[in-house]
Amino acid sequence: MTDPSRADEVLPGGGAPGGPVPAAAVPGSAVSGSAVPGAAVSGDAPSAHEGAPPRALVRSPLSDGEWQRLHPLTPLLRGGLFLVVMIGVIVANLRERLIELFLPAVTDLPPGVVPPDPVDFILAHNLILIAGGGALAVLIVLLVIFRLSWRFHTFRISDDDVEVRSGVLFRTHRRAPLDRVQGVNLTRPLVARLLGLAKLEVVGAGLDSNVKLEYLSAPAAETVRGDILRLASGRRLAERGAAAVASGSPVQQAADAVAAGIQGIVDGEDFSDAQPDSIVRIPFGRLVASRVLSGSTLTLVALIAVIVVAASFSTLWVLFTMIPAFLAFGAYYVRSIARGLRYAIAPSPDGVRLTSGLFTTVSEVLPPGRVHAIEVHQPLMWRPFGWWSISVNRLTGHSRGSSDSNADPFATVLPIGTREDVERVLGILAPALPADEWTYVFRHGILGPVDDDPYVSTPRRVWLLRPLSWRRNGAVVSADAVFLRRGWAHRTLTVIPLARLQSIGLRQGPLARATRTATLAAHVIPGTVRTSVGALDRDAALALFDDTARATIAAAAGDRSHRWAG
Amino acid sequence: MTNTPDLPERTPTPVPPPESTASVLDDATYSRILEPRGRGRLPLGDGTWHQLARAYVRVQLISQGAVFALVLAAAIVSQVLSGVFWQWIPAGVILLITAITMIITPRQARAFGYQLRHDDLVFRRGILWQRVVAVPYGRMQLVDITHGPLDRGFGIAQLKLVTAAASSGITIPGLTQAAAEQLRDTLIDVAETRRTGL
Repeated sequence: MTDPSRADEVLPGGGAPGGPVPAAAVPGSAVSGSAVPGAAVSGDAPSAHEGAPPRALVRSPLSDGEWQRLHPLTPLLRGGLFLVVMIGVIVANLRERLIELFLPAVTDLPPGVVPPDPVDFILAHNLILIAGGGALAVLIVLLVIFRLSWRFHTFRISDDDVEVRSGVLFRTHRRAPLDRVQGVNLTRPLVARLLGLAKLEVVGAGLDSNVKLEYLSAPAAETVRGDILRLASGRRLAERGAAAVASGSPVQQAADAVAAGIQGIVDGEDFSDAQPDSIVRIPFGRLVASRVLSGSTLTLVALIAVIVVAASFSTLWVLFTMIPAFLAFGAYYVRSIARGLRYAIAPSPDGVRLTSGLFTTVSEVLPPGRVHAIEVHQPLMWRPFGWWSISVNRLTGHSRGSSDSNADPFATVLPIGTREDVERVLGILAPALPADEWTYVFRHGILGPVDDDPYVSTPRRVWLLRPLSWRRNGAVVSADAVFLRRGWAHRTLTVIPLARLQSIGLRQGPLARATRTATLAAHVIPGTVRTSVGALDRDAALALFDDTARATIAAAAGDRSHRWAG
Repeated sequence: MTNTPDLPERTPTPVPPPESTASVLDDATYSRILEPRGRGRLPLGDGTWHQLARAYVRVQLISQGAVFALVLAAAIVSQVLSGVFWQWIPAGVILLITAITMIITPRQARAFGYQLRHDDLVFRRGILWQRVVAVPYGRMQLVDITHGPLDRGFGIAQLKLVTAAASSGITIPGLTQAAAEQLRDTLIDVAETRRTGL
C-alpha cells in the first residue's frame, strides 16, 4: 500500500538546526543484498519524504521518516519455533544413532550394530545425493521465504504516525497515529537477549491494536522508543508553532540556526534518553515475604488442611494429591517473585518508565495521562509491616483474557512498597494532583477515617450493610479526581483522574431503596481496579454524582495530555 | 458537597435542545417516566426527560408472544403425538419466564429516559434495579443504530452509545427511527465540538 502520490510536503519553519533535511536516499536498490540494519528501503517511489521528523527530535537513523527494515536476525527468532520443530523431528528419528555415536556405553546393543533408521535406508539404497539435494532444496526454500518476508517487513516512523507493512502474498499495512499512543513497551525475551535483540511494541487504544517492531537491536530499539515518544509528545508541534512566529528573512533563519547550534554546544548533549534511576528499590527479602504473606498462601494452607482431613478419614493415598498442589503454588510463587525481581520505576520526560523481569525483561514507558484508575491496597497480613501495593488500569492493546499470560505485566505498578514508596509512585502516576488534595490520599483515604473526614461515608443507620468497614466505606470528589475508599480488613483506595473518567453512574436495587442508599460507579476502561462503592446515603450519592458529572466535563475540556509537551 | 469549594459552578439550568429536535424526539413517545414507589428511590431531578416510543412495547410483546405461542404449541403437539408429560417441565419454565417478562415489559419501557444536557447526556432505566448514567458528549467513541425486521415494520430503532469504558452500557432500545437518526446526528455534532482524549 505505497502511496507515492502524497505530496512532498516541506513543513514550514522547522527552526531546529538543519531544518528539513533532504532524504538520504540510497541510490538504486542495490542495498538489498547488504544486511545492514537500517539501510533505507529505496525500492519505493522516489523517496517520498513527507512528514519526515525533524533531525532535532530523532536520534536514531531508523526513525527518519523512511521505510526501514528490521534487524536481519529477525527471521531466525521468528522462524525459530519452526526450526526447533524440524530439529526435534530429526532428532527423534535419529535418536538411537546419535546415542550410539556419542554415548556408546549406554546403549544395550552390541557395538557397531544400530537399529534400522532412515539413515541406513538412505545409505543402503545409495540415495545420498537425492536426500542431500532434497534437504538442501528445503533449506534454500526456507531461507528464501524467511529472507523475502524480512525484506517485505518494513516500518516507518514519521511525524504523525508509526506504520508497519508486512506479508509477501497477503500484505498488511498498519498505521498508528502518534497522538493515540498509550505506551511503548520494550520486551527482551531470553533468546533475543542472547542475540542482543529487543522487541518494540507501540501500544494503541483498541483491542489488538498494537504495532510491533520485532526485532531491532537493543540499543536501536531504545533510541527508536525515545524518538517515538518525543514525536508523540507534541514537542514538535509546539516548536513548529514557535517557529512560525519567528521565521523571518533567510538571513534571520540562518542566524537562528547558528544561534541554536551554539546554544546546543552550551547546553551540552541531551541525556533525556539515558536510563533514569529507579525511585523504588524492593529488597529481595521483602519481595519474598510479601508473596508468602498473600492470600494465595492462605488458600494453600486451607487446601493442605482439607487434604490432611480427607486423608485421615479415608485412605492415605489422598495425601499424594498434595504434590500437584505444591507444584502449582510453587510455580506461582516463583513466577510472581521473578516478575518482581529487577523491578524499577522512574519518571522520565515522556512518562513513567517501568522495568522488571529476571529472564524476560519488559520495560514500558507510560506517557502522562494514560493512567485511567489507580488503586492502593493493603492485605490484612501486610498491615503490621506497613506495606502497600499499587495497581492501575490502562490500555494495553491486548484483548482481555488473551492466552498470553504476560498480557498485562504492569497492571501492578508497585508490587510491594512502604508508605514512602507509595507516595513517590503516586507522585509520578498522578502528577496533576494539586498539593492540597494529597491529604485525601493518605491522611483521609488510605489511613482514614480521622477527624474532619472529607469523605462521604456510609451512614450509621445502615451499618449492617457494611458491618466492618462502614466507617471507611466512602467517596469524595475534587476538581481533579474521584477518590473511593473501601475495606476494613483489606484497605483499598481508588483514585480516578476525572480527565480520564468515561462516565459516572448511580445504581440502586430494592434493598438499597429500602435503606435509602445507592451505589456510585465510576466507569473507566476495563482493568483490575474496582471503581464502584456501595451503601452511600442516597442524597449524598446524588450530590457526588452531580459534582462528578460537572467536574468531569471541566477536567476533560482542560486536558491536553494526548500531546503532553505541547 | 460543602467540603469541595473548588469545584466548577453548578450550571443553573440545562440548555434545552432546539424546538424541532424536541418535537421529533418526543413524537409518539410516553409522556411520564414511571418511578419506583419506595421513598428512597433515585429522584428524577429537573430537566426534560425524553422517553421511548410506544411502538417499542408492541414490538416486544409481539416477539415475546410469538415465543410463548411457539413453546406452548410445541409442548402440546409433543404431548398429543407421544403422550408424555415431562416436556412440560422445561416448557413451563420458559412459559413462566416469558409471561413474567411480558407483564413487566410495559412498565420497564416507561422507566427508560434520557436527557440532553448542555455538556452531557443523562440516561436512566429500571424500576426494581434503577440505574442512572451521565456521559459527557466528548467521551462518545461511536453511536450505533440497529433495527431488526420487526422493528422496521413498526418504525423503531435501537441506539447504542459506546465509550471507552464497557461498563457505561448505554443502550436506548425503542426510539422512533426519525428520533434515532436525529439523536445520532445531534450527538455526533456536539461530540465533534467537545472532542477530548480517551
